[in-house]
Amino acid sequence: MLWEALTLQLGYNATLVAIGATLLGVSAGVTGTFLFLRKRALVSDAISHATLPGVCLAFMVLVAFGGDGRNLIGLLAGSAMSAWIGLLCMNWLTRHTRLAEDAAIGAVLSVFFGFGIVLLTVIQTMGVGRQAGLEGFLLGSTAGMLWADALVIAIGGAATLVLVMIIRRPMTMVAFDPEFAAARGLPVHRIDLAMMGLVMAVTVVGLKIVGLILIVALLIIPPVTARFWTDRSDRVVLIAGLAGGLAGYLGAALSALAPNLPTGPIIVLVSFGFFALSLLLAPVRGVLAAVLRHLRFQRRVHIRQGLLALAQGQKIYEPLTIRLLRRAGAVRADGVATEAGKSRAAKALRDEKRWEIVRADQAHEATAALYNGLRDIETVLTQDQIAEIDRRIGGPQEVTP
Amino acid sequence: MSGEEFVPLSLTPLLIGTFAAIACALPGNFLVLRKQALIGDAISHVVLPGIVVAFLLTGAISTWPMMLGAAGAAVVAVVMIEAIRRLGQIEPGAAMGVVFTTMFAGGVLLLEQTDTSTVHLDVEHALYGNLESLIWLDATGWSSLLDVQALAGLPPELPRIALTLTGVILFTWLFWRPLKISTFDEGFARTIGIRTGALGLALVITAAIAAVAAFDAVGSIIVIAMFICPPSAARMMTNRLETQIVWSVIFATVSAVSGYVLAGYGPLWLGAADAVSAAGMIATISGLILALTAALGPCRARTGAPSHA
Amino acid sequence: MLELAAVQGVSTEEQNVDHSPLAIRGLTVSYGQKPAVFSVDMTVQPGAMTAIIGPNGAGKSTILKAALGIVSPLSGQVMVYGQPLDDQRARIAYVPQRASVDWDFPTRVIDVVLMGLSRQLGLLGRVRARHKARAMDCLNRVGMREFADRQIGQLSGGQQQRVFLARALAQDADLYLLDEPFAGVDAATEKAIIAVLKSLKEAGKTVVVVHHDLATVTDYFDHVFLINTRKVAEGPVAQAFTVETLQAAYGGRLATAQIDQISRALG
Repeated sequence: MLWEALTLQLGYNATLVAIGATLLGVSAGVTGTFLFLRKRALVSDAISHATLPGVCLAFMVLVAFGGDGRNLIGLLAGSAMSAWIGLLCMNWLTRHTRLAEDAAIGAVLSVFFGFGIVLLTVIQTMGVGRQAGLEGFLLGSTAGMLWADALVIAIGGAATLVLVMIIRRPMTMVAFDPEFAAARGLPVHRIDLAMMGLVMAVTVVGLKIVGLILIVALLIIPPVTARFWTDRSDRVVLIAGLAGGLAGYLGAALSALAPNLPTGPIIVLVSFGFFALSLLLAPVRGVLAAVLRHLRFQRRVHIRQGLLALAQGQKIYEPLTIRLLRRAGAVRADGVATEAGKSRAAKALRDEKRWEIVRADQAHEATAALYNGLRDIETVLTQDQIAEIDRRIGGPQEVTP
Repeated sequence: MSGEEFVPLSLTPLLIGTFAAIACALPGNFLVLRKQALIGDAISHVVLPGIVVAFLLTGAISTWPMMLGAAGAAVVAVVMIEAIRRLGQIEPGAAMGVVFTTMFAGGVLLLEQTDTSTVHLDVEHALYGNLESLIWLDATGWSSLLDVQALAGLPPELPRIALTLTGVILFTWLFWRPLKISTFDEGFARTIGIRTGALGLALVITAAIAAVAAFDAVGSIIVIAMFICPPSAARMMTNRLETQIVWSVIFATVSAVSGYVLAGYGPLWLGAADAVSAAGMIATISGLILALTAALGPCRARTGAPSHA
Repeated sequence: MLELAAVQGVSTEEQNVDHSPLAIRGLTVSYGQKPAVFSVDMTVQPGAMTAIIGPNGAGKSTILKAALGIVSPLSGQVMVYGQPLDDQRARIAYVPQRASVDWDFPTRVIDVVLMGLSRQLGLLGRVRARHKARAMDCLNRVGMREFADRQIGQLSGGQQQRVFLARALAQDADLYLLDEPFAGVDAATEKAIIAVLKSLKEAGKTVVVVHHDLATVTDYFDHVFLINTRKVAEGPVAQAFTVETLQAAYGGRLATAQIDQISRALG
């Protein structure tokens, strides 16, 4: 059963939904990366919640003109319209009032959503009675989806992805350094709007699969996941697209297995699984790596400071320093320096002196910038240069206390 | 309208709505000033999984375990957001987005997996509550306010939200000075010995408790709207924090009362037969108030911040 | 041969470590993997005005922040009047860099100064007439009395700086720590601030200032502390503020013109 789901053998609709979810995941991951790099991840939350009044109004208009209120394309057009108005409200609030962006996001999100709920209850009383389809937009519902709807989603996902790919270069530049982009003559404001337009497109396409509350996850989690693995923005885009697409595909396939596995939440949880693994295990930015690095760094600082104190005959106050020096064999249990410790201390003090010369000398400016109190001088200067500095210090001499 | 009709049918929902609005707006003032407005958004999303887990553990819809579950989920969410932000060096907005969507997704999944058909527990209820149903059937008129027997029949949400509001007011009053100082200038606050980390956490937990109690009665839309809209609107009215708090309470009250009345009677005035969602209407009114103050408020513009110069 | 260390260990200073207003031992603070301050000792002289000097990113502000417990050090100790910081907080007042607060915050000038009295007021103490009078007095000392009811965002940069100094004055401390108080302020403000600092010194208080303008060091201060991640020199201006120590601290970054100017100032 699982195998069939993963190989898309669970029927026509399930296959279309899986393809749609994959395409949606890729475009959401890629689009979300630009939002994330621009530090505006939660703008997507406002946009997605702001779709609700549009969906409801579109439904009412469709019914009023005697059409089928559940026409997906009509509803999606309505949702896009109200999301756009929400976005404009948010921009206006942050530009023309003292409100910070987070408050503007929250205000648009809650007010539009609240108004949407009012409209939902109006629809409930309109006597059309088929409003169950609308509530599916809150959390997504792919069960019992029409073939035409699945097709709309698959095509919408593909179209969004194509758009993202076309304007990804200018978006990268704007996300990375808006001022530089502006100086290069890029229309930053319009690119920002295009980015928001894409976020909107992703949201609208995703409404039916994951629902408006959870679509945010598809835009945020993959980019955050990708950020752990690389520092290069083009690779973040790539990995985020990959993680998003994979989560969409796996989630859609898994949810097709049983009737009570809702597609949206499953996709989100799969996505979070990727995130959690990255947070813990990523090689450089992962938690495990960072903890190990910090401990190593702290040990180096303490040992270095301890050695310098030994060399200058100062008392060492910190218990951790003493413990580390003892473990390194530099001092005995009673705190007195060993022979090895003495020579290491002398070397440390000597290096400090050398660094002092380097840092006071204009000719060594580039090297001096590398100073961090820990770096061995041999790693930045040649033997000849060190010999030259030693001559200036006054020849080799024993610097024991 | 006569007391005979008003007291049993409208008094309690009005009071509950108003208390909930104020309980959220008070900590909301500080959250907005600290640029943590969306913590309210995050908290209100994670209440659902908290309640579902509490239901799974106890097997029944009973209030206290569910409140505990929701509060627990809020604390878990806040801790996770902080952890992801610090450990992963992720900006707070994105960290929030990761946590609350995931927890909400978990809540929906759990809900779908459990047989809750026999009990009243669903996503829609969690989102927009059911303020209209919190009526006081034992009341016969204003005199019932003095009738012990009738008072015993008050909807339990009312004493609960009243208690929460008292707690929130007490917290704000007691820690007014440290809250103000640490919100304005965290570095200075630490130099005079204020434990800013603990205070910040206490503020978020207070907000979470307010959110959970309000959520229980009115659903999560009001919670988010009241955390953000009344304090934001109040920001446009004044340059003093004390005055801002007063304005936010006024705006919260006006939103709650007029929202409830409009939802209940507005459609009737327009000739329709049925009421619309009170929670949604309260949020909508708070948004209209914000729009009005943003366009006309005397202090709506940013003052000269030298860091921008 | 350079013998900078000689300036560090003036023997009379070492005996005062226990009673020094601020004594720092082996302080290392790191943001990420690069130490901002590495293994620094500092002993502030009581009743003196000390300038902390060094190039940008040399760890000047970090020293103050570590001394105040705003950042936590990787290693090292901070003693205030011979005791741990937490027991002596009432004796320290701090004026942060101007950029560090939200100027749009809904609060008036007088409220900011009253924050300096929060230790006396406690959690719930009411602000009484005498507290207001004291706050007004402090505003008067920095020449900002008539601005008491303004919202803080409506002031100029120099005026904001004076308000923060007034808040520190209200704390009535023994040790005053100021982070770049003269950065980006007008001449009138600079004059007003230095007058207040000198009056503090005359009243026997200790003042430590993170300072960036080398040209005014000899006019304003009696002691200097030169730092560039590590301590470069510490002592009375006459001994520790020399072309050699400056070159050691600033390396190639010190323009020749500046050196000339300073040598002239030093006579």
